[in-house]
Amino acid sequence: MKIHEYQAKQILSKYGVAIPKGEVADTPEKVYEIAKNIGGKVVLKAQIHAGGRGKAGGIKLAENPEEARKVAEHMIGMKLVTHQTGPKGKVVRKLLVEEALEIERELYIGIVIDRSKERPVVMASTEGGVEIEKVAEEKPELIFKEYVNPATGFLPFQARKLAFKLGLKGETFKLGVKFINSLYNAFQATDASLAEINPLIITKNGSVLALDAKMNFDDNALFRHPEIVEMRDIHEEEPLEVEASKYNLSYIKLDGNVGCMVNGAGLAMATMDIIMHAGGMPANFLDVGGGASEEAVKNAFKILVSDPNVKAALINIFGGIVRCDRVARGIVNAAKEVKLTIPMVVRLEGTNVKEGKDILEKSGLQFHVANTMKEAAEKVVSLIK
Amino acid sequence: MSILIDENTRVVVQGITGKEGTFHTQQMQEYGTKIVAGVTPGKGGITHLGVPVFNTIEEAVKKEGANASIIFVPSAFAADAIMEAADAGIEVVVCITEGIPTFDMIKVKTYLKDKKTRLIGPNCPGIITPGKCKMGIMPGHIHKPGTIGVVSRSGTLTYEAVHQLTKLGFGQSTAVGIGGDPVVGSTFIDILKLFNEDDQTEAVVLIGEIGGTAEEEAGEYIKKEFKKPVISFIAGQTAPPGRRMGHAGAIIAGGKGTAAEKMKVLEECGVHVVKSPAEIGERVKEVLS
Repeated sequence: MKIHEYQAKQILSKYGVAIPKGEVADTPEKVYEIAKNIGGKVVLKAQIHAGGRGKAGGIKLAENPEEARKVAEHMIGMKLVTHQTGPKGKVVRKLLVEEALEIERELYIGIVIDRSKERPVVMASTEGGVEIEKVAEEKPELIFKEYVNPATGFLPFQARKLAFKLGLKGETFKLGVKFINSLYNAFQATDASLAEINPLIITKNGSVLALDAKMNFDDNALFRHPEIVEMRDIHEEEPLEVEASKYNLSYIKLDGNVGCMVNGAGLAMATMDIIMHAGGMPANFLDVGGGASEEAVKNAFKILVSDPNVKAALINIFGGIVRCDRVARGIVNAAKEVKLTIPMVVRLEGTNVKEGKDILEKSGLQFHVANTMKEAAEKVVSLIK
Repeated sequence: MSILIDENTRVVVQGITGKEGTFHTQQMQEYGTKIVAGVTPGKGGITHLGVPVFNTIEEAVKKEGANASIIFVPSAFAADAIMEAADAGIEVVVCITEGIPTFDMIKVKTYLKDKKTRLIGPNCPGIITPGKCKMGIMPGHIHKPGTIGVVSRSGTLTYEAVHQLTKLGFGQSTAVGIGGDPVVGSTFIDILKLFNEDDQTEAVVLIGEIGGTAEEEAGEYIKKEFKKPVISFIAGQTAPPGRRMGHAGAIIAGGKGTAAEKMKVLEECGVHVVKSPAEIGERVKEVLS
């Protein structure tokens, strides 16, 4: 799960991570008030779930509260297109108003789970303010890593090592060590999958602050963090995906026009792939679950037909332990209830497959029955052309 | 021979009295798996599906000689269930449960370091040695005994591959679903090492997907040490970056973990990579003829 920068900063600050003075606002009036309280120059930062905001005009400086209000009038409601939003961009609904700081150095610090080593890794770099993937490619020697032993947790000496490697000294060194330790505590306590401070800044007067903050969380652990679930912003999500999540369906909208409905995530990806190999493009990823129950299929149909791009659909169910005749009956009932009008190719496999195909063919609905994945993909693509 | 499980495997089911546990215990019994015990804390003393139920795994091991366990416990308690099985000395633990937090799995992996237990999963369909033992939720009837080893991060896509193999007359020595999570008990390499030493296995089908670098690491191992042909398909060639494709581990992050990269590395390591999931069986036939 993703959250906004201002929300990440709220969480981090609870764990003792130093952040700039600031508040979030959704009207120019509020922006004015906050800027007045802060006093002096402020920075207005568009709150969207995507990076690259600065270059796209999503981060602006204002000299005084009056100017802040004017800039905010322009920014709130604007569509921001960055290299991470896609061409459609994202609407700015909230601005984070922060004190403008005098920056001496820009550094990087990030924590992720290293999947190969099966433990968290804390990464620090002197190259802050640029994409870390770029640094990793061009100057990997400037990224310092400390792996966390799950039995002991992140140790004080590891924080010191990183702070020394970043070249921190004196009082700033102490602040840096505290910063890194607090960041790790926040990462672990919230079951985060990513905590990234880019840039971490050293100000002219030697303080250490998170100028930007990004946190992602492990969806599987959200059950123990209701306060994070509350931070979900459905404006940032595709409306159809929000709808699908209400039905507990795993659905991701894509740009093609061949809808697909599959049981199991791996087979669903493979079905998307084979549609591409047959010359089409998938409109979505949709996993109705291993069992493909009638309820799940019905809800999945509702989602599929709500996407105006979908011109035909491929249903690929590997019945497994669930009998095909039951799956077929579920598909027919669901299709009748949802009043499907697009042509559909169905590929069923598993126990009682013959009975299942009979039920589909005698249903009076627009089903094209295919025997293999390949045949199904070719058929569905030919129906569109 | 086969790997991990055979006709002598004595299985205890953790969470046997739940809905999933009950249904799949019946299915495994029908396949001929020796289910010798069940465990549901607090329900010790009853008999369920003709199987004695205990409060702890320790009792199931002492009284019924269980040496393998399959877990159908809800995700919040599954990590604890795995560690209890390991503590009791169980050799093979299959965890079917989906949705275990990554930090819990990291803890589990650390706990398992000095234990003899081999963990398969979580978030997996389990293991089957056709005709001998099924420890999982896969449809038994699509499998048949034979010489192809199968290892995969997926469930139904593995059934698809096995179905293709069986239709073309290629049976399986053992099929193992290692699971779709970012941190799993056994990796591709762990299972390939077992297939390498197994006389019955002539070739291996490896089914990967986007996310992480487990396929690339498997490729390096295959190039250096693996003695048998490997045929591979990677799912997610059309998956967009930054999106989790159903499985917790199936995500392209920071430009890493794409299907294209995995296919390239595997090919460079001498693996027979197919682009379409429909070609898995056919390619096995080509390679072995």
